[in-house]
Amino acid sequence: MNERADVVSLQKVSKRFERGNVLALSEIDLSVRPGEFVSLIGPSGCGKSTLLRIVGDLVAPSSGLVVVNGKSAEQARIDRDYGIVFQDAVLYDWRTAAKNIALPLEMLGWDRGRRAERVRELVELVELGGFEQHYPWQLSGGMQQRVSIARALSFDPALLLMDEPFGALDEMTRERLNMELLRIWEASGSTVVFVTHSIAEAVFLSTRVVVMSPRPGRITGIVEIDLAQPRNADTREEPHFFELVTQVRDMLRAAGADSADPISEEEEELIAAEEGLTP
Amino acid sequence: MLRRAGVFLAVLVCLWAAWEAYKAFGEAVGLTWPFEVNDRTFPHIHDMFGQLFEPSRRNGPLLISVLFDAALFTAKEAAVGFVLGATVGFLLAIALVHSEILLRGFMPYIVASQTVPILAIAPMVVVWLGGRGLPGWFSVSVIAAYLTFFPVTINALRGLHSVDPRALELMSSYAASRWTTLWKLRVPASLPYLFAAFKISATASVVGAIIGELPASIQDGLGGAILNFNQYYLSSPPSLWATNIIAALLGISFFLIVVLAERLVVKRAPERFA
Repeated sequence: MNERADVVSLQKVSKRFERGNVLALSEIDLSVRPGEFVSLIGPSGCGKSTLLRIVGDLVAPSSGLVVVNGKSAEQARIDRDYGIVFQDAVLYDWRTAAKNIALPLEMLGWDRGRRAERVRELVELVELGGFEQHYPWQLSGGMQQRVSIARALSFDPALLLMDEPFGALDEMTRERLNMELLRIWEASGSTVVFVTHSIAEAVFLSTRVVVMSPRPGRITGIVEIDLAQPRNADTREEPHFFELVTQVRDMLRAAGADSADPISEEEEELIAAEEGLTP
Repeated sequence: MLRRAGVFLAVLVCLWAAWEAYKAFGEAVGLTWPFEVNDRTFPHIHDMFGQLFEPSRRNGPLLISVLFDAALFTAKEAAVGFVLGATVGFLLAIALVHSEILLRGFMPYIVASQTVPILAIAPMVVVWLGGRGLPGWFSVSVIAAYLTFFPVTINALRGLHSVDPRALELMSSYAASRWTTLWKLRVPASLPYLFAAFKISATASVVGAIIGELPASIQDGLGGAILNFNQYYLSSPPSLWATNIIAALLGISFFLIVVLAERLVVKRAPERFA
């Protein structure tokens, strides 16, 4: 594979849900280069989570071309080219933190010794030392999400897909995990596609923020985030940070994101469809 | 632990007192509704337990030793029936969870199977399996299994379907096969549901074994003992009551074994125990 080839390349990707005949995504064109951290931001029901699932071949697009790591999305999934993190940690209750992290490795057929070694590295990376033998219900929400991130990184995938991973956490935990995610991203060198509806989070984390319109979701603009790397707590205080936040917010507003309509039944259905779709 | 034992004892004493109080009251006022109260219809509890330590027949072994042997015999039938029924029930659920068509096609018959009285099925099982070189008690196990499989199938189906759609997406993201998804995700997720079913089935298997002994004409188990003491009820009411106590204890032991197994096998947040 060419070093500079895009990790994700979407061409005229549309998605129409059969149920309710709703157009969720309309002609999305997007390229993600190796090592980038790209956030998708938009109002609820704009199809950003659906778009992430299309990249992961968990939902099939109605039309358009999806290329991941130079191959079809399906082949990329079969080759385990990406790891995914959901809003809920989705840990298996019957497995300890360490065993949850090792789940993908078991499926890849790694032997016990190699798994244990890799889990040790990951526990250190996500700073969960001492909690390896805890069960998920014995961990806080933030710690559960760290386990989930470690699990996604365990097999060192080229691409990390994250669907509002910190959406269910309190603000303090969220900001701390934002910092850690940046550290992990720098350390692992992987490419991240990140779905969020927090403007500040998107600006703080990303190299590019992709702003989407309400349904049918399309890309209304892309903001290059040229804040210096590595970022830290002070980054959030910089005037340029606020300029970029304003820029993203204006773009969302221009797209009609804050029309402040109460969510219609139809939209709710769409969200439900997004939530419940499995291939 | 001590507290729980205390509560258990207190309830036992209350039940005992209530029984004896009703008996004393009934006899004192000559109660005739819903039935006449006397030593035949309503024996003293100490007579029931006392009977256990009387000879079962003239110069014979103590009743408790006869009933203990009978309970062991029935326990064997019930245990084999439970394992058989649980296995069939679980495999059935696994087959059905993978095929919507099979599920819709088979479900009515699975439900119908439980509406047919066990006493109607039992003679057929005995006829089919008799004279095949199988021990007689095996027919009884099959009858017990017939009662056992149903709760397991129903709850296993619920359990296998109970997985978070996200977890299924996760398995899909690993390109996991159906088989892997089944063993790594669906089956462990269904364990709390399975154990809820096992608790019902464990006691049902004992009932099935006791009832199954009647048409199978098996004398060695608790069913045989119940039939026997039923015939001699007029001469010795406490014998039948004593047999019932032993049968109840057998059912409770089966239940407790399942509870113990659940504690050992199911790793869940405490509030998620079914």
